[in-house]
Amino acid sequence: MLEWFMHIMLKLQDVCINILPIALVIIGFQCLVIRKALVYPKKIFVGFIFVLVGIVFFLEGLELALFPLGSLMAFQLTTPEFLGVTAKLPIIIWQDYYWVYLFAASLGFATALAEPTLLAIAIKVEHTSGGVIRAWGFRISVAIGVAIGLALGTFRIVTGIDLYIFIFLGYIIVIIQTLFAPKLIIALAYDSGTITTSMVTVPLVTSLGMGLAEAVPGRTPLIDGFGLIAFASLYPIITVLAYAQIAHWLGKRSHLSNT
Amino acid sequence: MINKRFIKQLVSSFLDLAPIIVVVLIFQVLVIGKSIADVDRLLLGLFFVVLGLCLFIQGLELSLLPLGEAMAYDFAKKGNLFWLLAFAFCLGFSAAIAEPALVSIADKAAINASIKHVIEPTEIASARHALGLRLTVAISVGLAILIGVLRIIKGWPVYYPIFCAYFGIALITPFAPQYIIGIAYDSGGIATSTITVPIVTALGVGLASAIKGRNPITDGFGLVVFASLMPIIFVMLYGIAYA
Repeated sequence: MLEWFMHIMLKLQDVCINILPIALVIIGFQCLVIRKALVYPKKIFVGFIFVLVGIVFFLEGLELALFPLGSLMAFQLTTPEFLGVTAKLPIIIWQDYYWVYLFAASLGFATALAEPTLLAIAIKVEHTSGGVIRAWGFRISVAIGVAIGLALGTFRIVTGIDLYIFIFLGYIIVIIQTLFAPKLIIALAYDSGTITTSMVTVPLVTSLGMGLAEAVPGRTPLIDGFGLIAFASLYPIITVLAYAQIAHWLGKRSHLSNT
Repeated sequence: MINKRFIKQLVSSFLDLAPIIVVVLIFQVLVIGKSIADVDRLLLGLFFVVLGLCLFIQGLELSLLPLGEAMAYDFAKKGNLFWLLAFAFCLGFSAAIAEPALVSIADKAAINASIKHVIEPTEIASARHALGLRLTVAISVGLAILIGVLRIIKGWPVYYPIFCAYFGIALITPFAPQYIIGIAYDSGGIATSTITVPIVTALGVGLASAIKGRNPITDGFGLVVFASLMPIIFVMLYGIAYA
């Protein structure tokens, strides 16, 4: 019990140090540059305490649940008996790992669809585009993008293909799409991928990748384990730009046929 | 009053986790068909995550977010370029330092690197490596917000800095040590999360609404993605410098 208490106190100390800079920046600029007094100092103080305690609990939960869960799923979906092969062969057949790709894709799709920040933005998009881009269409295209990204990302870990090949390919597609996309959507499409990778999904997906790199023969976590987050924030840009392009064309066509 | 809000927040934090739990359960029951070992530990951990998220978000909404957003608007209106840019940099830097997911993943990356003897296999060396990674990410997020704010003021199209970042990444990747590439590519997405996204979006949208001739949607967004690209370049440079 005492040991646990010490452990929590040490963690609290670390979190305090991490939060200190942003507290100083916000309060410092507020008092010294804008020169306004803090409006509700008590409320702000309570808020900071909540943030500190919240992060300590969150980090504990991360170690107890989210990290183990990701590597556990990676491990379970790659054991020889699950794959139906007799022993760990030195040569891997990437098709054997289809459940891994499917798991990663489902995880990406579900978490993106449920992401509250994305919901708020989707409504804003529908409003400003005059209804040409639907909130639901926007959210589903982000979710499909994250799903494709994570499936490709796990495929890359299994096969050991270099990360940058997929990322550069994505960049080229984004550049070409940007040249033709409706101007209104570009900035939002860019941000959509990064917004979906939240505090909960990031640790889970990272440990999934690391666990996978550990479990698949011939891969090492150091070189192959990372990269899933990069996939998950790049590929939604492509699907959202594609959706916007299609919605734009359809909108134009129905407009023409109406007149 | 507070209690009602707290319960509401608790429910919505649980809903954040719900899709993950559902997908994992479906796969566990239908595909793997085995029970999970150590279920009680996992459940306790998930409970901590929900409770932690709930307190964290509630706390942010009481303190940092309204302050940060109000300040973003104030700075956007005041129009002192130097202070605006200084604020943009400091905000990006300190938000990235505070991001909890970055803390734990930088630690993981450092431990990984020390196991494989890329860095010295001591606890001090690995702690230093983790801190080095986080500082590099934080500086680059700060710079990215600064450049992004400059872009909104100057009215450059959103894709100019982003295409430049793409080219920068393509240019540096061949020279970076292999072990740093993965964490570099991920670091940006990890750093721009629960604290950074709302404050930075508020800054961008607030600025774009305050300046005449800028559209909050077409000009205000795009800061976050740039903040997730810059760390890729800088972390790779950090890796090159370290080698």
